[in-house]
Order: sequence, then structure tokens, then C-alpha cells
Amino acid sequence: MSHIAIAAEHISKQYRLGMIGTGTLSHDLNRWWHAIRGKEDPFLKIGEENNRGIKGESDYVWSLKDINFEIEAGDAVGIIGRNGAGKSTLLKLLSKVTKPTTGRFNINGRIASLLEVGTGFHPEMTGRENIYLNGAILGMTKKEISRKFDEIVDFSGVERYVDTPVKRYSSGMYVRLAFAVAAHLESEILIVDEVLAVGDAEFQKKCLSKMGDVSNGEGRTVLFVSHNMAAVKTLCKKGIVLEHGKLVFNGSAGEAVSYYLKGDNQQENKKVFGSEYSNSIFSLKEICIKNRARRFDEPIVQDDEIELFTEIELFDPNTSKYHITYHLYNELGEAMFSFSTAWDNLTLNQGLNKLVCIFPKHFLQSGAFSLSLFVVEDKRNAIFIEKDIITFTVVDGSRELGTYMGREPGFIRPYFKWEIQ
Amino acid sequence: MTQEKRRQWSEQIDANTPLFKLNLKEIWKYRDLLSMFVKRDFVTFYKQTILGPIWFFLQPVLTTVTYVIIFGKIAGLSTDGTPKIAFYLAGITIWNYFSEVLTTTSNVFTSNATIFGKVYFPRLIMPLSIVVSGLMKFGIQFILFLSVVIYYTYIDIRIHPNLWVLATPILLLLMASLALGLGMTFSSLTSKYKDLTFLLSFGIQLLMYATPIIYPTSLLSPGLKQIMSLNPLTGIFECFRYAYLGSGNFEPLMLAYSLIIIFIILLIGTFIFNKVEKSFVDTV
Repeated sequence: MSHIAIAAEHISKQYRLGMIGTGTLSHDLNRWWHAIRGKEDPFLKIGEENNRGIKGESDYVWSLKDINFEIEAGDAVGIIGRNGAGKSTLLKLLSKVTKPTTGRFNINGRIASLLEVGTGFHPEMTGRENIYLNGAILGMTKKEISRKFDEIVDFSGVERYVDTPVKRYSSGMYVRLAFAVAAHLESEILIVDEVLAVGDAEFQKKCLSKMGDVSNGEGRTVLFVSHNMAAVKTLCKKGIVLEHGKLVFNGSAGEAVSYYLKGDNQQENKKVFGSEYSNSIFSLKEICIKNRARRFDEPIVQDDEIELFTEIELFDPNTSKYHITYHLYNELGEAMFSFSTAWDNLTLNQGLNKLVCIFPKHFLQSGAFSLSLFVVEDKRNAIFIEKDIITFTVVDGSRELGTYMGREPGFIRPYFKWEIQ
Repeated sequence: MTQEKRRQWSEQIDANTPLFKLNLKEIWKYRDLLSMFVKRDFVTFYKQTILGPIWFFLQPVLTTVTYVIIFGKIAGLSTDGTPKIAFYLAGITIWNYFSEVLTTTSNVFTSNATIFGKVYFPRLIMPLSIVVSGLMKFGIQFILFLSVVIYYTYIDIRIHPNLWVLATPILLLLMASLALGLGMTFSSLTSKYKDLTFLLSFGIQLLMYATPIIYPTSLLSPGLKQIMSLNPLTGIFECFRYAYLGSGNFEPLMLAYSLIIIFIILLIGTFIFNKVEKSFVDTV
């Protein structure tokens, strides 16, 4: 009989949107009143699937809804899905940060989660002290840490600074040290979120090969969340695809990746507006982002041209006054760059404009991005600003087998021309 | 699923947890984390200060001076015939510990939301570490108090330390339990609705006046004394002062009453804390 490491039974997680105030108090009282009479929670019956693109009717959303799966011990499982599909919620539940609304996980073995490295690092304390503190937070005993101390320091490569307060560390050193502690945690089950595998390329390679060791050599179970399809295919045996809080595919990693890349129902890459962004000067009709050669409901791949489509109606006859500017943000919320129709001196038409902006292929790195829209008057005043008007995820299409499978550093990944002179 | 298969799980994460489940075994497993938190508080307190622990002395000294002037000289409150400085310092020393533990544990969810939101460990470790960390500040202030007691014992015949000083650890344990129980209740209640945070700061202030710190209970009318004895802190403070100064009207029965009330409060606090800790991350 094969051994099950994690079994999820009817896992759901409900979140309440909006503000906490008197409204929530009346709901809480209602819930409590049902509870003491031994009746079912009335708010579990309502709620809708989590789809940020659609403006919902209810204040309650199901971030995860009735998830069932079993993971065998020793398997490496990739969890894939778009932003907001419920991946992080699933990991949060598994690492016991918050509890499920309904259902149960049965777990065999200790879970170590690399959700956030460096949690509890105190800037005033030295590297050495922080290794002990962080290790203890992650559930290690003092003895275990002492035994692994040299290994951890060695892996992080910050020997010289172990007795310096970590506030004097560079951000790279900080992450290295933090990851090193977490990676040396002895556990049967390891949960890894790729987004945190930052740092320089050399260190990333180290992290990924450590992960590989963990799942292949040491026979540990690994759950790996990533936007990097190549890494999922290489490192994982099995794959789970989540969509709007539901498990839509569970099978081999290769099949899961192709299921995900085929995609359907990716409504978030296209936003159609009614009158929410209208005024006397213009009316914004639609924004859509997709690969040039693919449909908007397919995932956006890195190695193909990306097309940003903006449909806007202009009422003011003096059209040369107005320009459209976008700001692109990465998943950390840092501004990457801006681009504008003003720089081409492109004049919009009065009436309907269908604007297309093309990003070259091999330009954006895989990851999540968001765009902010500005309508600018006289190249000076922003008369309209909407932050995060659309968010989208770029995935790695394919990479040659045998090449580096980690996430390359940075947020853009241009192909430059190389010559031998 | 068969009963046999079920038994093999090493852990279960269930949406429905029993109403009262205190996992002491798990807390024991994380005891190293508790000592790490205490060490962190200790190490980081002195970092980049010149006077270091001296700051701990300064606060009770200045407060005592203020009390001697205002309550002793201006208001002319009696101190049961004991030297004013020793009388006030006794109250201030233990009150500081109590109020500090209470205030910090009351904010335990809100001030640690980021760390709780990322990693799991038994949440109870955090308030427990606060109780222990508070002892280190108390220890330093207690040394100050002891030196004053020793000084007065030699030059002044009005104070008589007695065997009750051996009860000090019990008194501390009682105060810590009360602060912990109240603090956990407050922190749980305020994790979703912040209203009660406003109540807390002036509540602590009011509680200070309802506790015999700046006056002895012998000053009170019998009726008022009756009401005062409802406060579980009264017995503790009277006992402490009786032990070190030999003054006041302390009866062991008061301590027994405190013990029962504090146990109930601690039980309620743990119960509410347990209920909230599992999912407070969603609402904090």
C-alpha cells in the first residue's frame, strides 16, 4: 500500500470582503445565534466563486471550494493556477496559518513551509542569533539548529557576517540566510512558493537543486507553487491545477501544465467596462491583454509577442490634447516602466479608438504584472488615474530541456543581439 | 476511511475544532522558541543604548518621588507607619510588572499579525514569552526595591520583613496569570472589533486606583474595604507589602480568594484565545 502524505477532504475557505463594522457584527450575532441552537451557519450557504474580474453580488467569496486530493509520500507536486486561483490560500491552510471554513486535512509527517522566508528576523540581532530564532519559529529545537548550524551558514555563504546585526546585511544576504535556515528544516513535507526564490542566479540554482535533492534523493514530499511551467515540469512528478478556488485538474505534471496552458475561462485578461470609467471627455470601453497569436482566454506566454488592446471613446473634439499612458508594475508592486501614446505623438480620433500596443516577444519575464492607466491632458496633467486597472500573469512557454530551469532574476528578460567581432 | 487508516495520521487540520483544547504537549515541544523570544527581548532592549538597564531603575525611582510628593506630602495619605519611599516603591514595583504584561498581551494579535500570518507555531507561546520577558525588567526593579528594604531594615525599625517573603514567587505567578488571562481575553476580543482597545488603557489606570498601591486598605471604611476586597489584586498587594514591610492588614484568606478568581479568569482567557487563534489572521 502506498503511503499518503496529505489527504484533503472537502476543503473550503470562505472570506468576507469589504470592511469590518456594524454589518459584520450583525452577521456574527446571527451566526452565533444559529450556533447555539445547533443549526448550520447560514452564511456558508451563500458566497460565490472567487473571480476578481466580475463584480460580485455577495460579500462572501469562496477562495477555495470543496477541494479533494491525495498526495503520496515522496511525490513532488506542482500547484499551478493563475493569480487568485487559491494557491496561496491552500498553502496557508496547510501551514496552519489559518484554518479551513469546512473540511479537513489529514497529514502524515512534519510540514515545513517556505512561504515567507525570514519571518521573525530581528534587524538588531546578529546572523547567528537570527538563525536560532528563525529556526525555532519554524519549529526546530535548539539542539537541531546547533547540529545544522555550520551547514546553514555554509549554504547561505555569509560566514563573515554571522556576528553582525542583520540590519547591516544587503537584501541578498538577508534572503540567502533566511532561505538557508528554512531549507535545513528537517521535515517530511516541504511547501515552497517560487515567488520567494529571489536572489542572484547562482543562489537560485542552489535553491532549486536543493529542492530537487529534497524530492528525489531524500524521498520527501514537496509541494511547489510556481508560474514557471518549465520548472514544474522538471522538478515535479504530479500537478494540480486550481481555477477560481476549484480543483480542475489532478494528474501528472506534464498533463497539468498542458491543461493549464490550454486554459479556458481566463476572463481576467479582458475587461469590458460599462459606464464606470466615463466622463464628459472620454469613456473607457475595454482593456484586453493577450498573446498576439492566441486568444485572450489562453495564458500569456513569454516567448511570443504580447498585445495590449485599449478601446476608448473620446468625446472632446480637440483630440490632440489627450494621450494614454500606462505604468507597468511587477508582482512586488514596484513600478517597472511607463509607456505612452504621447511619445509617438499619436493623435487619437474623436469617437471610438481601438489602440493596440505590442510588446516584443522575449521581453517580459514570467510572473505577475499589473497595469495602471492614465489619461493625460496636454502631456502634463493626468485627468484620469486608475491603478491596477488590469492584472495579468506571464508564464514560461517552453525551454530547452537540460538548460537552467530556475526562474531567471529580474522582471524583464530581453533577447539581445550577440555578435563575435 | 477505515478506523485503522485514520489512526496513522500524524496530524489533522480540521475546520471544526473542539471548544476547549489546550495542546500542552505541543507547547512543550516549542519551549525552545519561548526561550528564543525571551532572549530576543532581552538582547534587543539594550542594543544601541548607553545607559542600558539603568533605564529600568529610573522609572520606578521617578514615580516613587512623584508619589511621595503628591500622595504623601500634599494629600497626606497615611502609609501605615512605614517609610513612604518603601511603601510606594513596593506597590510600584509589582504594579509595573502586572500592567506591562497586561498591556503587551492585550496587543499580542495585532502587534504580531505579520509573523502570525506567515508561520504557524502554538500562538500561546507569544503571550507566555511576554510573561517571562516581563520578569527580567521586574527582576531589575525588584533589586532596587530589595536594597531599599535592606537599607531601611538597618537604619529604621519601622519595617519588619518576615517569612511571607518566601511567597513572592507565588504572588508573581498569580499576577502573571491574571495579566495573562485578562490580556488574552482582550487581545482575542480586539482582533476583530477594535472598540475595546479604547477601554483598555483607561481601564488599567482605573484598576490602579482600585488597587491598594498609593494607600493602605487600613485607610478605608469597612464598606469600601468590602468592595475593594473583590479585586483579586488586593490580596496580592497586601501580602507583598506585609511580607517585606510588615505592615498592613493581610489575611491568608484574601490570597485564597485571589487564587480562585484568577484561575477562573485564566481559564476564560485561554478558552477565548483558543477559539480566536485559529483564524484571527483573516480578520485582524
